[in-house]
Amino acid sequence: MKSIKIKADNLNVYYGEKQALFDVSMYMEEKQVTALIGPSGCGKSTFIRCLNRMNDVIDICKVQGKIEIDGNDIYAPDMQVEQLRERVGMVFQKPNPFPKSIFENVAYGPRIHGIAEHKSDLEEIVVTSLKKAALFDEVKDRLYDAGTGLSGGQQQRLCIARAISVNPDIILMDEPCSALDPIATARIEELMGDLKTEYTIIIVTHSMQQAARVSSRTGFFHLGKLVEVDKTETIFSNPSDQRTQDYITGRFG
Amino acid sequence: MTDRIEQRINSLNKRLNSEKRFRIYCIGAMSFALAWVLILFLNIFSSGYSAFYRTVIQVDVPFLNLIEDTTQFSEMSSEDINNLSMYSFSKKAIYGLFPDIEEKKDKKMLIRLFSIEFEQEIREFLKSNKSNINETETIYLTASDDVDQVNKGNYPRGLDEDKRRIKDIQLLFFDDLVDRGLVSYEFNLPFLMRGDSREPELAGVGGSIVGSLFTILVVLILSFPIGIFAAIYLEEFAPKNRVTDFIEININNLAAVPSIVFGLLGLGIILNTFGLPRSTPLVGGIVLSLMTLPTIIIATRASLRAVPPSIREGALAVGATKMQAVMHHVVPVAMPGALTGTIIGLAQALGETAPLLLIGMVAFVVDVPQTPLDASASLPVQVYLWSESAERGYVEKTSATIMMLLGFLILMNLAAVLIRRKFETKW
Repeated sequence: MKSIKIKADNLNVYYGEKQALFDVSMYMEEKQVTALIGPSGCGKSTFIRCLNRMNDVIDICKVQGKIEIDGNDIYAPDMQVEQLRERVGMVFQKPNPFPKSIFENVAYGPRIHGIAEHKSDLEEIVVTSLKKAALFDEVKDRLYDAGTGLSGGQQQRLCIARAISVNPDIILMDEPCSALDPIATARIEELMGDLKTEYTIIIVTHSMQQAARVSSRTGFFHLGKLVEVDKTETIFSNPSDQRTQDYITGRFG
Repeated sequence: MTDRIEQRINSLNKRLNSEKRFRIYCIGAMSFALAWVLILFLNIFSSGYSAFYRTVIQVDVPFLNLIEDTTQFSEMSSEDINNLSMYSFSKKAIYGLFPDIEEKKDKKMLIRLFSIEFEQEIREFLKSNKSNINETETIYLTASDDVDQVNKGNYPRGLDEDKRRIKDIQLLFFDDLVDRGLVSYEFNLPFLMRGDSREPELAGVGGSIVGSLFTILVVLILSFPIGIFAAIYLEEFAPKNRVTDFIEININNLAAVPSIVFGLLGLGIILNTFGLPRSTPLVGGIVLSLMTLPTIIIATRASLRAVPPSIREGALAVGATKMQAVMHHVVPVAMPGALTGTIIGLAQALGETAPLLLIGMVAFVVDVPQTPLDASASLPVQVYLWSESAERGYVEKTSATIMMLLGFLILMNLAAVLIRRKFETKW
């Protein structure tokens, strides 16, 4: 049993009058990949965005319940959301590099947090982050070209490099491969395998094969409820809930 | 079966024909609009281009009659030259064109071929060339407006003498001067440099150009930062509730308020309550800023809204504060759009007349303003002023001023397009 990194307890989320999550309780293990699957609109993205409080941006979003990271309540009043997001990075569905150079994309996080004191430190961080994101070899000759000029898969890896540039513990990935072709997807999946040695990864995905390939635990969401969460093999071979069974065999979703 | 195919072909032909008709309507509408623009430009250009050159008459000025030795001028200061009594001397130099004239009345007519500042022009020539003045110098003196217009062919010479300002004897003088090759054109630099004047041949747009530039500068300094900050607040930070809805509606309303209302506001509050100086570019700029602000705010908000939300999320996700996300990532991307909106707003302000009339920028101002606190005219008001004047010379000057105004507007709009092209973020 690995140690527990994130623990959600009776999480309820409302968008105005509409309830999006119902009593979600689950934990995620440290330095493992946890996958969240489920049909569209089931609340898995809402859930993952609670983990770094990205939902705060939405005025009408209200979160009840408790999320603990390393035993600290991230919705506690004294929790600074900027600090939280430094520890919990995020990669989005559509690659969203800043319209700046590749270097600036990765250097931005360390710079605003004051992580790098000297320019050489900053350069080192950028290079290591790009290497960890398996992008460095492809872009080392054009670090000062626009990040938006890269291909979709490269852009997504640039976003991963950006996320790890501030040295987080956790990386949230919200359907990171849905806008990519199979080859780029394979590269990202391979990358996740490398990254999990250092980071706790939570991935939301539409692809059950992807969840099966990359994760050690999988949670299945349906209609805002966490139906079942278990070891990935168990979920895919011997689910305990009929709805999970129906979903993974393609009866709906 | 064949019936159905035929039916389809018929209906397809109908659709294709109606498309053709539609295209013709569109091209027609565009040509109509374009034709009017062309007519406008042609009309203004054809009546205005002649204001950019002016008629001058060569006069031999015998400086030896003024002083015993012309080298003595070089030792005189400008002050001394200003104190020289030169009026009758200058007149005599002009009489020298027609030495045979005896009658006082005819001499007066001859003098009136020239602008009233002929004495001043000779004095200025003396001042700027005082170190090497010969015994007799040939000076190009500005012709009077009537002569200028006759020379340019704008004056109907066929009218009865009592129906025109220029008299028969003056025309005789003029034709004789033309035959002797003493009448020529030169580039009308004074028109670009000088302020307004009661004499058309001496009136220039320099004062109103500077006045307009000062006004636009004040508008830029006031409305650009205020507009950008207001737009950023409303778009990025303000909570979406009734108060902000109300503000938004009112900004849109403000953009539709007739400009003269802003003039009344300026008159009532800025001039009367705050007591700022009347007729100045400062006050004009403040009033026009009120008018320009909604344009800038609306344009900036639109370009902020066009920045994909994923950019904000990307910045927030690495731990940027809201302000950092906005200032580092959203605003730079939105800036070209905001600048374009600002320039278009400024161009509107540049062409605005009504509010300036109410705050007194319609005054007759001879001096070119040195600061935004000096009384001044502006280009559109100058057009308004000159279009009301009776003298023929103001007709071409009105059109020429419109040409300058259009020139500035085209330049500004061009700048807006170039900025948008050059700095637009490519995704």
